[in-house]
Amino acid sequence: MSDRTVYLPRVILCRFGELFLKQGNRSRFLGKLESNVNKILAGTGLKVASPHGRIIIKVPESLCATPEQAETLLLEAGERLSRVFGLVSLSIATRTEPTIEAMGATALLEAQKVLQRYSGKQDPSFKVDCRRGDKNYPMTSYEIAAEVGHRIIEALKLRVDVHNPDFTIGIEIGKGTPPLVFADTRACPGGLPIGTAGRGLLLLSGGIDSPVAGWLAAKRGLALDGIYFHSPPFVGEKTRDKILELARILGRSQAMDNVFVVPFTEIQKKLRESTKGDLSVILYRRMMMRIADRIADRTKAGVLITGENLSQVASQTVENMSIIDQAARHLVIRPLVTFDKMETVALARRLGTYETSTLPYDDCCSLFMPNNPAIAARIENVLACEAKLDVEAEADAVAAMVEQIPVGA
Amino acid sequence: MIYLDHAASTPPLEAVLRAVDATAREMFANPSSAHSEGARAARALETARTQVAALLGAEARDCIFTGSGTEADALGVLGAARRARGRHLVVGAIEHPAVLGNAELLEKSGYRLTRVAPNGAGIIEPDAIAQAVTEDTALVAVMLVNNELGTLQPITAIAQKLGNNRRPHFHVDAVAAAGHVPIAVRTLGCDSLAISGHKLHGPRGVGALWSRAGAAMDALYAGGGQEKGLRSGTENLPAVVGLGLACELAHKRLHEHRNALLSLRDVFEDAVLTRVPGTRPTVPRETPRGPHIASIAIDGLPAEPLLHALDARGVQVASGSACASKKKGPSHVLKAIGIGDDTAVLRFSLSHQTTAAELEQAVTSLAEAVAEISQVAHLSRHRKNRHV
Repeated sequence: MSDRTVYLPRVILCRFGELFLKQGNRSRFLGKLESNVNKILAGTGLKVASPHGRIIIKVPESLCATPEQAETLLLEAGERLSRVFGLVSLSIATRTEPTIEAMGATALLEAQKVLQRYSGKQDPSFKVDCRRGDKNYPMTSYEIAAEVGHRIIEALKLRVDVHNPDFTIGIEIGKGTPPLVFADTRACPGGLPIGTAGRGLLLLSGGIDSPVAGWLAAKRGLALDGIYFHSPPFVGEKTRDKILELARILGRSQAMDNVFVVPFTEIQKKLRESTKGDLSVILYRRMMMRIADRIADRTKAGVLITGENLSQVASQTVENMSIIDQAARHLVIRPLVTFDKMETVALARRLGTYETSTLPYDDCCSLFMPNNPAIAARIENVLACEAKLDVEAEADAVAAMVEQIPVGA
Repeated sequence: MIYLDHAASTPPLEAVLRAVDATAREMFANPSSAHSEGARAARALETARTQVAALLGAEARDCIFTGSGTEADALGVLGAARRARGRHLVVGAIEHPAVLGNAELLEKSGYRLTRVAPNGAGIIEPDAIAQAVTEDTALVAVMLVNNELGTLQPITAIAQKLGNNRRPHFHVDAVAAAGHVPIAVRTLGCDSLAISGHKLHGPRGVGALWSRAGAAMDALYAGGGQEKGLRSGTENLPAVVGLGLACELAHKRLHEHRNALLSLRDVFEDAVLTRVPGTRPTVPRETPRGPHIASIAIDGLPAEPLLHALDARGVQVASGSACASKKKGPSHVLKAIGIGDDTAVLRFSLSHQTTAAELEQAVTSLAEAVAEISQVAHLSRHRKNRHV
């Protein structure tokens, strides 16, 4: 089927790195990446093509009345694509003819555009960086870079600095595709395409950590749903709204498909009553694992993800985490386990979850917290408390009352 | 729904909504325009001004419209202080952030700020203000009714202490008071006074500031010079008309509403204090108070779960403190009267639309909520055993 659509010369060139390492699975990974890119651009009218192992986003001519409109469209698409896992970087580029004259002229235009932004900067320096996928091209990469660079120096009287340039003009000559010329490169998150590592279930609280943990898990290719344990009236409706907002922010990175809201109050009260000591936090978390297991069965998730961190609070010890994990049938991973708080906060700010996470709604009421939580609980004591109720049946009952909320991007 | 959070916002009256709608549709001309439609809009503006002035016992020409109660307070604080010679401010420690926050803005720019603590009953004593005032004092600000406690401040006595000669500008935040207690600016003896539309069944996004004729005041920003140059920007006529009508209706039935509210409130407080274990009045009941606010303290319980438990039973109230696990803690007002972290304070605020049956139901709901939360709180208190 031939594509007769006419496309504008401006495109987005998407680069991916690690996929190349996955020799055996390469086509599967690339297919997933392409489908994720398609999904995130859904509704824009842009065309996703992947000639020779590259992903190129093209603008149908009919989509834009003016070149400015096309630029706006490409910038917005670039913004969305900059959150796609598996992409390493992207550039808005211009397709040109495979002649040195055409490449030189296009590169000159790109350089002039950059210079407009550099106004005021004294004596800016540049370099030309050429990559040649088509080894049959009559000039070497070095020769092309030198020739194009020469034309830019002649026209704009710029200085070359190959080690520390103020800007770089890139030229990519692919096999059987027109050369691409670009000036800007925007970083993408890297990692692996979502879905290539299966599905996970993220235990979402309203705090700073769990959304970051989810993002990191998604970065390694896990598709995600979230599970939130809601305890009204000990927390309010605004906390629930905050969780859904955090889920929506993760959804922008395709890292959250559904949130499961668990009515946790009644079972939390029962667990609270089952211990005279300080085991309550461990009992809650073990119950959360049991309920999460059941939801994971439903979503076919292979792994549970939490935002827990070693020693962040008194109860987050190796001993306690081991006891919590023993209640779960699924693998439990804690992407932030070794992070310092500042590292997590920095990442949360970058993801845009920090402001929402720090809204002043209680995510967990102090009434349910012991004054002195157990630092190194003993499993026999935990089991003794749990023996007072039928924990598996309780988990079944709660899991049956869970509300599923799809996350809009 | 039993809505008992009128001190946060009131439902606009049906007549007010109709007036807002009609004005927006039919009187869209700019009151500053020279043509007949402009003149009609200008007349509507002046009618509203007269209605507001009547509620305040003031002259219409001394009232201006603002975009909110907060803006009216900001003008009364920043606008007045910037024109005064002095560089010292005296404000009550239990003022609303609209006053306190703007005084703190001035403090950052080099003013000295004295926050006068209330007595244990939540009253700012006139002598305490008098003692704080110096030759250099530019501004004194004390609210008429405290929005959290309902306490009625002795404004007239404070004004008398300030004297008549070379006295500082005296601003009064009457946002929580207007429509509930009689206001006569001449009797109060203040220099400016702020009210807000949505606290007296008027629309959002509109407030008013009365200021004594001749009181020196700077605008917060420049523009077309509307509202005597103090509040530039094309007048929000629909909201202003709505505010005017709300003031007129509140004024007409002020005493009737006030008497009804006083008796409703007293019955409600009696019922809560006798039927709900652990409750006490946040301030002594004999303290002079506005008629529409009942503040109830419950020691040993966190406020927010109580609020949510009431909410789940269809009763909406406000809390003055939070779950002790978070930094929020008690508000500056509750701290100022010595309320600690471990006391829940709930504010039940009434309006003339509140019925005895609703309040009766609210008492029952409160009793249930307190029982529900106490059950869990009880467990939290008897744990000493760390060897687990």
